Amino acid sequence: MSSTASVLTRNNPHNGKIQSVPIGKIAIWWFLASEMMVFGGLIASYVLLRIHNGGWAGQAAHVRWQLGTLNTAVLLTSSLTMALAVSASRQDKLRRTAVFLGLTVLLGVAFLCVKGVEYTGELREGFTPASGLFWSFYYGMTGLHALHVTGGVVANLTFLVMAVRGDLWTGKQRRLEYAGLYWHFVDVVWIFLFPLLYLS
Amino acid sequence: MKTMVVVDAHETAGFWRQYVFSTDHKMIAKQYLAISAFMALVGGLLSYLIRSQLAWPEKPVTGWGFVGPDAYNAFVTMHGTIMVFFVAMPLLLGAMGNFLIPLMVGAPDMAFPRLNRLSVWTLFVASIVLLSSFFVPGGASPAGWTGYVPLSDVPAYTGAFWGINLWLVALALEFASFLMGGVNFLTTAINMRAPGMTLWRLPLIVWMQVSASVIFLLSVGPLIAGAVMLFLDRTFHTGFFVPGKGGDPLLWEHLFWFFGHPEVYVVALPGFGAMLEIFSVFSRKPVFGYRTIVYSTIAAGFLSFVVWAHHMFVSGMDPRLAAPFSVTTILISVPFAIIVFAMVATLWRGSISFETPMLFALGGLATFIVGGVTGIFLGSEAADIYFHGTYFVVAHFHYTLFPTVIFGGFAAIYYWYPKMFGRMMNDALGKLHFWLTLVFFNVVFIPLFLLGIGGAPRRVYTFEAYNFLKPLQPLNVIATYAAIFLLLAQLPFLVNFAWSLARGKVAGRNPWHANTLEWTTDSPPPHGNFDLQPVVYRDPYEYSLPDSSEDWLPQSQPAAPAVAAAAD
Repeated sequence: MSSTASVLTRNNPHNGKIQSVPIGKIAIWWFLASEMMVFGGLIASYVLLRIHNGGWAGQAAHVRWQLGTLNTAVLLTSSLTMALAVSASRQDKLRRTAVFLGLTVLLGVAFLCVKGVEYTGELREGFTPASGLFWSFYYGMTGLHALHVTGGVVANLTFLVMAVRGDLWTGKQRRLEYAGLYWHFVDVVWIFLFPLLYLS
Repeated sequence: MKTMVVVDAHETAGFWRQYVFSTDHKMIAKQYLAISAFMALVGGLLSYLIRSQLAWPEKPVTGWGFVGPDAYNAFVTMHGTIMVFFVAMPLLLGAMGNFLIPLMVGAPDMAFPRLNRLSVWTLFVASIVLLSSFFVPGGASPAGWTGYVPLSDVPAYTGAFWGINLWLVALALEFASFLMGGVNFLTTAINMRAPGMTLWRLPLIVWMQVSASVIFLLSVGPLIAGAVMLFLDRTFHTGFFVPGKGGDPLLWEHLFWFFGHPEVYVVALPGFGAMLEIFSVFSRKPVFGYRTIVYSTIAAGFLSFVVWAHHMFVSGMDPRLAAPFSVTTILISVPFAIIVFAMVATLWRGSISFETPMLFALGGLATFIVGGVTGIFLGSEAADIYFHGTYFVVAHFHYTLFPTVIFGGFAAIYYWYPKMFGRMMNDALGKLHFWLTLVFFNVVFIPLFLLGIGGAPRRVYTFEAYNFLKPLQPLNVIATYAAIFLLLAQLPFLVNFAWSLARGKVAGRNPWHANTLEWTTDSPPPHGNFDLQPVVYRDPYEYSLPDSSEDWLPQSQPAAPAVAAAAD
């Protein structure tokens, strides 16, 4: 057994390129599929329990739909800036990519800040996760979503640092595309949570 | 274009890089194998304690002492959790999937080697967390391997606050580990195939591993959601599953079994895959109905998502749900019956040789049929109402998972051991191991069917309160003696495994004269797997072709060796 032979094999031009879809893209889609089932399970539980139980509307009336609407706008805009960052990276426009990634990170942080303001206000009014089943779902679902936003912000920040340093162009543009897919997924989840928790 | 593989000097790396933090899929497979073997030991010892308590209630167990009701509940919970999540999955997916998928598709490694390493280490941490729950105040979780609420929800009901919290954390880590593994399996099988390795030329075990990964990825999500809710209930006093707070205990059962039933197929399919490979090689015949098996697997995968409520016929759910779930449950036996028929047809008129791997595969097939047939009793709601709470379910469950996980797993270990370690296992010891395991397995679980028909309830730590079961107590004693012998029957395997590592016959590349790609490289294969990129020319099971001088034809061989022209 010689390491030269295995290195030769590992660098064989056929490896990983037989199919046209890159491995990272397949992986991120499968990852997102499993994530959809996590949020799908939560949402289905919420909907079924709410159908079978009365009295949730009274609790739901206390959420701050104005802040929720603001956050929806913030997150949708961040999806736009993310898409612009990805498209700029495809055209090898380093500066543009960095600017739009920076905006995406800022909007993500803004979303989390608004969420923090909401949580603080609700907790001050005495609505804790244990105040009722609606509140349990409200904190559970938005909390899990906020964790996903945080993860996305960290990922985008990493790519921002790479873009500023000029490291993003050594074949890593694709990774930015995957981060973009994830970020859009987080946005889509919110599009489901917003009407279910704030508007109904 | 950047090359996607990092060239690393694996062979010259130190001990830690080579054995502990390796990114080589074969070393990672061995690590999974080691974790599952150790956990199987723990799970096996727990079954000894459980069975002893049932056969000789309230008597001290030899080598342990008294098993009280609380400890008994914890042992049963941990036995189930360990055997399903920490033995079956690491053995059949972690070890077998990791070892075989890159080798069988002709790839140098997994698509994401570092993610692979992270997955095995996550499982290691999960195992430590689970085992540590034995030693916290209140002991390990006594809430059953299904973690039914409100027992698992309200700490006051069990007294096991940290035990159940750690159980949840261990499961969460285990799920994370196999999600990473599943993404790796899928990406590798979809995108890393050698030139010529079309989907219809994939060995069936790769199809089975991939199907199992898809089923796992898509079914575990709702249970993760459920686990988050349960954790919030326990720590933040929310009320998702507490009726007093407006929650619904049945919601947990739905979320658990939406995952729990597909999970059965997650561990069963790779076992079937191993059996199919072995049947073909040891009867020197192509697998019967390759495409039919693939289609059946996919059909079973879809159906597995709509059968879960058959676990809940007596739970108090809306009875109108029972009939549709009865129908889907009976329906899902069709694809599995097709796979079993295909197995039998593969054997039919083959040149069968009874080496140890073949014996285990045949034993798995024979015993699985019993499990499948008794499943019909439980799938139809009317019969299930009688059987559900009894030992019939315990026996049925073990007749489905023991054949696939234990028989299938041993068949796979005996078959691929030469490829994994470069040496053959001893056949005589292997046969001894097989016959003892086969006999004692049946002697443990046939009595449990009878006990179940007699009405013995599961989830109780002693039958002494039931006068009508007194005449059946000898069955419990027989089952327990057989369980002890079944555990002891694994000693020849352990001896064989260890002895063969050092002294087994050197295997060579292809000791079984098999066709799939893993047999074309060294045993054990080097880092990077193949000397040259393999190219695939044919289906995986071309045995005993009429016009060929050999009775096997490797997938990487362009043309069959011609039969020598007859002398004129």
